[in-house]
Amino acid sequence: MTPELGQLALILALLLALAQSILPLVGAWRGNRALMAVARPAAAGQAVFVAFAFGILAWAFLRFDFSVQYVADNSNLALPWYYRIAAVWGAHEGSLLLWILILNIWTVALVAFSQKLPEVFASRVIAVMGLIAVGFLAFIIFTSDPFGRLLPMPGDGADLNPVLQDPGMTFHPPMLYMGYVGFSVAFAFSIAALLGGELEQAWVRWARPWTNIAWAFLTCGIVAGSWWAYAELGWGGWWFWDPVENASFMPWLVGLGLIHAQAITEKRGSLRAWTILLSIFAFSLSLLGTFLVRSGVLTSVHAFASDPRRGIFILAFLTIVVGGSLLLYALRAPKVAGGKPFKVVSRETVLLIGNLMFAVAAAMVLLGTLFPLIGDALNLGRVSVGPPYFGFLFPLLMLPVVLLLPFGPFLRWGKGDTPVLKQVLLRAGIAAAACAIVAAFFVDGHLKAIAGVASLVWLTVGVLLYAIKRWREVPRGRRYPAEMAGMLLAHLGVGVFVAGVLLSESLSVTSDVRMAPGQTQHIGGYDFRFDGVHRATGPNWRADQGVVTVTRDSKAVAVMHPQKRTYLRGQVQTESAVDAGVFRDLYVALGEPMDTGNIEGAWSLRLYYKPFIRWIWGGGLLMMLGGFVCAGDKRFRIKRAAKTEAAAAGLQVQETHA
Amino acid sequence: MTRSLIRMLLVMLLACAGMAHAQAIEPMPFADHAQELRFQHLTQQLRCPMCQNETLADSNAPIARDLRNQIFQMMQHGSSDDEIKQYLVARYSNFVLYDPPLTAGTWLLWFGPLLILLSGGAAVLLAIRKRSQRGTVATEASTDNALIDSTPTDNGDDW
Repeated sequence: MTPELGQLALILALLLALAQSILPLVGAWRGNRALMAVARPAAAGQAVFVAFAFGILAWAFLRFDFSVQYVADNSNLALPWYYRIAAVWGAHEGSLLLWILILNIWTVALVAFSQKLPEVFASRVIAVMGLIAVGFLAFIIFTSDPFGRLLPMPGDGADLNPVLQDPGMTFHPPMLYMGYVGFSVAFAFSIAALLGGELEQAWVRWARPWTNIAWAFLTCGIVAGSWWAYAELGWGGWWFWDPVENASFMPWLVGLGLIHAQAITEKRGSLRAWTILLSIFAFSLSLLGTFLVRSGVLTSVHAFASDPRRGIFILAFLTIVVGGSLLLYALRAPKVAGGKPFKVVSRETVLLIGNLMFAVAAAMVLLGTLFPLIGDALNLGRVSVGPPYFGFLFPLLMLPVVLLLPFGPFLRWGKGDTPVLKQVLLRAGIAAAACAIVAAFFVDGHLKAIAGVASLVWLTVGVLLYAIKRWREVPRGRRYPAEMAGMLLAHLGVGVFVAGVLLSESLSVTSDVRMAPGQTQHIGGYDFRFDGVHRATGPNWRADQGVVTVTRDSKAVAVMHPQKRTYLRGQVQTESAVDAGVFRDLYVALGEPMDTGNIEGAWSLRLYYKPFIRWIWGGGLLMMLGGFVCAGDKRFRIKRAAKTEAAAAGLQVQETHA
Repeated sequence: MTRSLIRMLLVMLLACAGMAHAQAIEPMPFADHAQELRFQHLTQQLRCPMCQNETLADSNAPIARDLRNQIFQMMQHGSSDDEIKQYLVARYSNFVLYDPPLTAGTWLLWFGPLLILLSGGAAVLLAIRKRSQRGTVATEASTDNALIDSTPTDNGDDW
């Protein structure tokens, strides 16, 4: 009985979403306050029904209700409860439901915090959120029903894809979706602004923390995914430029541009049209990411064509959203222009250059990701675009960003002065060069590693110089507003990340070896002794578990247990053993027994010594933290509270100023 | 009929997935360390022709094993990287190369980003020129001294 209630809840949610989107739009157009007032309660009601449906699916998983097809496909009696919860978003239908749930969480937050916005504008924003919900609810109801029944009910289910049975992968999708869906706020905001034909700086101020939070969540999701690939897939890499990864990376890049563009628009009023365009792109690329990963088009264009319903739905939805919003943009964007002028040497200019590079990088990733698909679809011959392509072009595009980053904060809005820039250039440049020379002796002249050290010092010194300047010149308490602290943290994160990438890529040592019990291999200054393999069991898997004892100068460092697991339904999954450290990771993956059947004999093993690899995720987490800290700035909140009554008057005053 | 077909496809996909995530670890008797590094580097730039986006280095599919052995043998016989790539391209087309060669078909791929960069750069230049010629900049908070005693502005453009 209950699963049908879930379906019913989704249908009711769809009806409410229709009410939430259409009525307020008509109301805002006609100036009918009663219709506009529908937006908030409808959004709240929709959220209740969606949460109810999500709860029912989770409950079905917890209760082993294998009469539900989706539950039977993705769980079984032996699956631990925490992975049964994670199994809710373990496949297509459920992850869509998660998408919708998160959209509703954002909408409810929006409803709660938008009380101070002008009524017409707020109801338009909520209505656009409702339109997005309509699209996704229709998609799940008509093509991807998670509550479909399976008769006769099987005694036990299949399994959750073992790849997903890992903490990193459990948190990856929700975080990623928080980011994807979070960009819908900036999108809704821009569409509402275009519909109304005006964009107040105060409204952009209100939208900024939302974008920052969404971007921070997306960063977190990407870091979790990268960490998972590293720990779980056994190839020791952290990024493969796979289309699935690129799908999340494109909105991240555009979102990064958007964060900076919004800062310009909020503070100086200029570049409104560009800010709006970027929010449209950020959300469109989020949709495209969902489409790429979920439609099966990546497996093969032909697989997509053989079961096209879902793919075509998303494609149509994508076309309507992107096409519609770009059309609206073309019609209305000229109306929202304005803002203060700026000189060539100014913060606006460097931010614009940064924006350009992010946008071009996103376009490059998009081109590289879609190129093979288009070629395949048009029968132009199959090509592969992989790490060599992206790995060559992306660093080239990011080089100006890294070089310009330290100057950004020192440049003033409108018109910057050059002496201070020369000072920064001199200090950070000398520090970077000096450290690079010292580093050259430690890294055997690996150019990449030297570049890594140089960019770390260049970026860090740049950020610290600015922090020191603030410390000296500004009275206590006003030195580091949250907005600025977040910026400094994120920029530090860039340095840590770049250093991690370059150092780990150039200094890693890999070796595939055959080892009999008792044998020792020497890698990167460490001795790996193989102590044989024994059987181990878990809640829903059996494994061959190796024991590798690592010593350095005969001092014990770690005992590592790489596993090769076989899950209930026969899927094989490696579980690498990682000994983590701030300056290096040791990493062991178990291969095959040399003599099949004799697991106590010799095995093939892959041994890694990976210096500084943790800095990659450390840098990512710093960027994430920066996004969250920035969003917490009081300036974004007090403003709204202070404006409660004089909202309309205040806006008019600002308008005359601008 | 279609249902069973889809189910069969699913089973096959699952089987593939099971294979795909057990990575390839194969110790080989390399002549020296430099050759091992060369082998690692080369196999990471080549795509397993039958897999879903996996390098020859990482794939555990039978064909990837065979090709790895083939590459290893060719290396022992003194073939250069280019000869090995040519050998593979002759059999499996450019699909095996993750680094697509510049041809008429891939021209857009390689030069597209440059075109976008140039046109975007031109647009940015125009925007900067237009804005910088539009009158003088408001002088509030444009000197360093102003920063010291300025109270935070509402706009937050005091820093």
